[in-house]
Amino acid sequence: MVVEGTPGPELAQAFLQRIPHARALGIRLDAIGPGFAELSMPYDRRFVGDPRTGVIHGGAVSALMDTCGGTAVLSLPEALGTATIDLRIDYMRPATPGQRIAARAECYHVTRSVVFVRATATDEDGTRPVATATGAFTIERGAATDADRMPR
Amino acid sequence: MSPPRRPEPVQAVKQRRDAVLAALVAGVPYIQYLGITFDRRGDELTAVMPFDEKLVGNPFLPAIHGGVTAAFLEVAAIIELSWSLLWDEMESGRLDPAGLTPETLPRLPKTIDITVDYLRSGLPRDAYARARVTRSGRRYSSVQVEAWQDNRARPFAQAIGHFLMPERETAAR
Repeated sequence: MVVEGTPGPELAQAFLQRIPHARALGIRLDAIGPGFAELSMPYDRRFVGDPRTGVIHGGAVSALMDTCGGTAVLSLPEALGTATIDLRIDYMRPATPGQRIAARAECYHVTRSVVFVRATATDEDGTRPVATATGAFTIERGAATDADRMPR
Repeated sequence: MSPPRRPEPVQAVKQRRDAVLAALVAGVPYIQYLGITFDRRGDELTAVMPFDEKLVGNPFLPAIHGGVTAAFLEVAAIIELSWSLLWDEMESGRLDPAGLTPETLPRLPKTIDITVDYLRSGLPRDAYARARVTRSGRRYSSVQVEAWQDNRARPFAQAIGHFLMPERETAAR
């Protein structure tokens, strides 16, 4: 469900389309609501980190997690812009080659200027996370411009 | 009595080091995709990521994507760590750069976790990073890494990562 003031799925998808690196990774919006976002990216040989196994590089997973965290912040009704302050990523296991990687990020605490976010990434086996992340993001609550609104 | 060993010609030493470094970097598709290369001065490495439109996260500023910054720091850390592991083997001549392919290269360390601190937004400029192995263990290692752009004294991001070391075939270390 989308609450008034929250960027709807179409708007959020349009934002993602305008982020060159999100487009480069083929990141797609799967779901969004106030305080959470779900994004996924396809398996792509160009993003492999270990050529012997075909496993995707951790850095590509980081990019997905960061984008997902920023999108979750922008899903808050009062949010006009955000940037990552810090992001810690724990790699639980290699993602299975050939499978999509999906991330879900949730804002678990919102203050006047900082949002604390948790995120989990999984492949097709949704029961065992590939990676988890925790981060702090800025939140802008001023006059909205397109530039403010984009995640960094 | 045998005469003292002559030092190896400097060109041979440089060629061997550059060949090992090139093999290490060329084997990883994602490093190629991001366009990251490495400058080498002796054993010191600097990761270089030339600016490219596809690295942008905010087209209005524009700024480098935070995920790209994280990936850049992680790549710089892993290559530094692998490089430091290979150094002795390479210098002793036991590692033959001619036979190095992605299949024959020693396995890379695996990231356990990485914490990225975003200090400033990444400008639409080339970025550089240097990593320092603060602990190199048989199983676990810790690496600090810092990235900057125009001004070395004003890093735009830093990170600390923990890595699981690859299993060594022999007890060489």
